[in-house]
Amino acid sequence: MSAESTFFTWVYFIFENNWPLFLMGARNTLIISLTGTIIGFIIGILIGIIRTIPMDENTSIPAAIAYKITNFLLLCYIEVFRGTPMIVQAMVVFYGAAMLYNIHLSPIPAGIFIVSINTGAYMAEIVRGGILSVDKGQFEAAHSIGMTHAQTMANIVLPQAIRNILPATSNEFVINIKDTSVLSVISVTELFFMSKSVAGINYRYFEVFLITCIIYFIMTFTVTRILRYMEVRLDGPSAFTIHGSQTVPEAEIRIVGRDK
Amino acid sequence: MDEIIKIKHLRKVFGANEVLKDINFSVSKGEVVCIIGASGSGKSTLLRCLNLLEYPTSGEILYHGQNILMHNMSNAVYRAKLGMVFQQFNLFNNLSVLDNCVVGQVKVLKRDAKSARKTAMDYLELVGMSQFIKAKPNQISGGQKQRVAIARALSMEPEALLFDEPTSALDPELVGEVLKVMKNLARSGLTMLVVTHEMGFAREVANRVVFMDSGVIVEDDVPEVIFNNPSNERTRVFLRRVLEE
Repeated sequence: MSAESTFFTWVYFIFENNWPLFLMGARNTLIISLTGTIIGFIIGILIGIIRTIPMDENTSIPAAIAYKITNFLLLCYIEVFRGTPMIVQAMVVFYGAAMLYNIHLSPIPAGIFIVSINTGAYMAEIVRGGILSVDKGQFEAAHSIGMTHAQTMANIVLPQAIRNILPATSNEFVINIKDTSVLSVISVTELFFMSKSVAGINYRYFEVFLITCIIYFIMTFTVTRILRYMEVRLDGPSAFTIHGSQTVPEAEIRIVGRDK
Repeated sequence: MDEIIKIKHLRKVFGANEVLKDINFSVSKGEVVCIIGASGSGKSTLLRCLNLLEYPTSGEILYHGQNILMHNMSNAVYRAKLGMVFQQFNLFNNLSVLDNCVVGQVKVLKRDAKSARKTAMDYLELVGMSQFIKAKPNQISGGQKQRVAIARALSMEPEALLFDEPTSALDPELVGEVLKVMKNLARSGLTMLVVTHEMGFAREVANRVVFMDSGVIVEDDVPEVIFNNPSNERTRVFLRRVLEE
């Protein structure tokens, strides 16, 4: 029997005997990264909105001071969580909660919590960038028809900003799928943790992690495809219908967009 | 005459640059006032101050005799009474042509969606864009965008409409369709304040023409006087330069 055939036999054998463990790991990885990305996205949107509130001549002094303090605290959060590795944050939060507050988190909720606040820190700046990238004229036009800042954000700016940051958000999601592997240090039973167990049982590291590799790739690739499809759907059709022409009122003419 | 807006001693300073110096000026109901002048003379800033897109450094803006800079009226409520049409159109890119004209009515004027749509359709019909209600702003031409922008402003049924160089960003062959709409509006008795480089439009449509130079109003008179017999040397120099082109 050649070396190659032994190798593939091993891969097949390991997968056949351990697939429920791989499946459970992949499931946990997806649950943690998906929930973490969604919560992080919401944190990011909230912080992004707060950090782009305009301050002008009409702002009262107490409001301006309150805003400055809030902004400073948010900036601290962003800088600290972007500036330290998630693996270290996981250790600090998990063991810190147990030591200081006697809270014994179960690993998966702890993992979701860590991924969420970590993603939130990144998303906060991504959302802020998205809001700033919306043309100033959009704000002016909304203000000129009497919309307040909140109405402008909700109806005009955020829909455009969110569309613009979707690619960056899917990026975050993909990064989270891969980076949840560091949560194995706090014994979260995600894919990497489960793979290590399987490898330990069989004493076959290369074969096991090749399978792990493939599973990670299938997950990230599927997720990017789905998100790309959502982007296209959100952009709407590039064609539109004209209702009635000057000569034939019942006519429907389809105009196909040129710039797409 | 019923004065909608009256400005007293308005000043606007950007850093060390005094853009508007002691402006006194008023617009009455039904008037069409054109503001002309060289680039950088403060025309657009004056218009933007009127709508509080720029906050005046000092002075008063009286809206029906009430000073709106005194915080006794919210900026949003006041702004809704004055429509604005921008040089760069500024249509809401995420909304269709129809929704561009509906969103303000529903959110600001609290109209129900059905009557808002009807009002929007009426004004889109008026500017000749009712066939394009489903299009997004990036699917129509500049002239069409500006006509939608006019319909959006009209849908709010403002007391006056401010135009900030509405044709300056358009290709020459598209200027006509927008000017035609504006002429019709002027004839219908709408109060309009138009910053423009279109001297033909100012001469034909305006009740009054205001000439501005380096942050002051140099001359404010009927078009016949401004164009045929200006009293100020600066007006004469400007007009000679513009009309020669």
